[in-house]
Amino acid sequence: MTRTISVVLLDDVSGALRGPDLELLTVARTLGTVRAVAFDAPSDAALEALGAYGVADVVRLDVDGEPHLTGVAAAALEPVVDDARVLLARATFANKEVLARLAHLTGAGLVIDAARVREHEGLVAGWKRVFAGSWDVDSVVTTDLALLTVRPNAVRPEPAATAVSPVVRVVALDAAAAEAAAGGVRLVSRTLHEVSGSARPPLAEASVVVAGGRGTFGDFGPVEELADALGAAIGATRDAVDEGWIEHDAQVGQTGVTITPHLYIGAGISGAPHHRGGMQASEVIVAVNSDPECPIFEICDFAVVGDLATVLPQAAAALRARQA
Amino acid sequence: MARRIVVVVKHVPNIHSARAFADGRTVRGAEDGSLNELDEHPVEEAVRILEGLDEPERAASEIVVVTVGPAEAVDALRRAFQLGATTAVHVGDDALAGSDYAGTARVLAAAVRKVAADGPVDLVLAGMAALDGLGSVVPALLAAELGMPQLTNAGKLELDGATARVERVVDGATEVLEAPLPAVVSVNDHINRPRFPNFKLIMAARTKPVTTWTLADLGVDATEVGEAGARTRVLSAEPRPERAPVELHVDAGSGGEALAEFLVRRGLV
Repeated sequence: MTRTISVVLLDDVSGALRGPDLELLTVARTLGTVRAVAFDAPSDAALEALGAYGVADVVRLDVDGEPHLTGVAAAALEPVVDDARVLLARATFANKEVLARLAHLTGAGLVIDAARVREHEGLVAGWKRVFAGSWDVDSVVTTDLALLTVRPNAVRPEPAATAVSPVVRVVALDAAAAEAAAGGVRLVSRTLHEVSGSARPPLAEASVVVAGGRGTFGDFGPVEELADALGAAIGATRDAVDEGWIEHDAQVGQTGVTITPHLYIGAGISGAPHHRGGMQASEVIVAVNSDPECPIFEICDFAVVGDLATVLPQAAAALRARQA
Repeated sequence: MARRIVVVVKHVPNIHSARAFADGRTVRGAEDGSLNELDEHPVEEAVRILEGLDEPERAASEIVVVTVGPAEAVDALRRAFQLGATTAVHVGDDALAGSDYAGTARVLAAAVRKVAADGPVDLVLAGMAALDGLGSVVPALLAAELGMPQLTNAGKLELDGATARVERVVDGATEVLEAPLPAVVSVNDHINRPRFPNFKLIMAARTKPVTTWTLADLGVDATEVGEAGARTRVLSAEPRPERAPVELHVDAGSGGEALAEFLVRRGLV
């Protein structure tokens, strides 16, 4: 039997659906009939968006246990994908592991952090940039079920031609099954970080990112000023985080957040491999650095040799003047 | 109590080298390959755990490093010796070429089980990701294969008798997780600062024996791993198209305006 269901795991359905989830729904529609799945009850705003994106089948997973444990989340998802062709989820660390465990349970093939997803000769293909953005690799999943985490900004969200009325059904995982799936792991505590400057978009999903490094000498004021003029998220290098100039959540790089925005602006960043590994797949790269020999200039579309403390505020003022 | 710790490590192309693919597979030559930098942290953590033991227990303890890969992968084990590993196992077999996440985890699990046949393993440590694929899912899959609890991406690890407790920062949250041993724990690069190896360890690492196992030694069927067992197939692997040459603007007072003008021209604002 040919499988035609495209499942989308939604990360946050408590309010209106955000860009990355709408992107997943847009991609999923090209691969089959979309089923949306969430660990919480969707809000009215979320249901309205799902309807606009053509999703009639909505599943709320009712877990009698701790859904933040990887094993539990994977076990809860298993029955929801048994007739599915593909499951797409945002490229968060938690989702990568949940999909890996789900792959273990179902025998499904797994593609981590696809930047594009498409159909190829009846199979689901995932395309990604690797080796700090220097190589492009395209793979197909050869099993009946394909599991993919998908990076933000893979496509532009687009509602369906025809809206539908979503129907929510509940799929439950009972306490005994949840405990078995936890495999001995206990969540002692979970503390969500305060989002500072909540007017800015989250780093991992932002379409524009302004990042600062050692060349800021600890003053992120100019970085923030340009970010706010562009509606951008703020990023940083490992150095800036280790110096305590900015919180750990802002670290862009191979061991921090990997970003794929439409526009990346690096200020006072030399472009060490670890940082490049986390940002080099960005569409357009701009750098401001006083050192004309810095390696980041080699991978830039546009570069300014100059002092970020004067260049960034001037750029911000020029952009604000244009918007006024 | 004495501890027996298995650290799974990977041999990857050096991130400072020109990394490449051939026939859809990562090129991992001897000259430009190295121990995955993030795997230095679990080795260091294992060394620290042993250093916390009293002398008789420490003497009875063991750090076994295990890697899966071509012959060159032994280089990664030599580096792990320099960092303080006591025993090393290389799983090499032509049938392993082209393994995906699932195949890799299956072989690593079989190797851990074989190590455990000589005496109980308390802990399996791994780096949070390999700096080639950056999938970061092998530790979770390894835990699933072994039926052990998974505690991944740890920035702190405490062992208390038969319990492991980790703290980690993931996806904008700080979590504390606990599980009984034996468990699979992956650690990130915030957990410790690997020490520079001393001369004695560097010299000893050259001649320490490395055990080599094949799939037959592990009882793993060749059809379950490598290309035969892979659930994905590489369609193409190409160097990224060359970027257009950088537009370089030397600031003489209007650098910010030039930047803004570029963003406008490219339709980015």
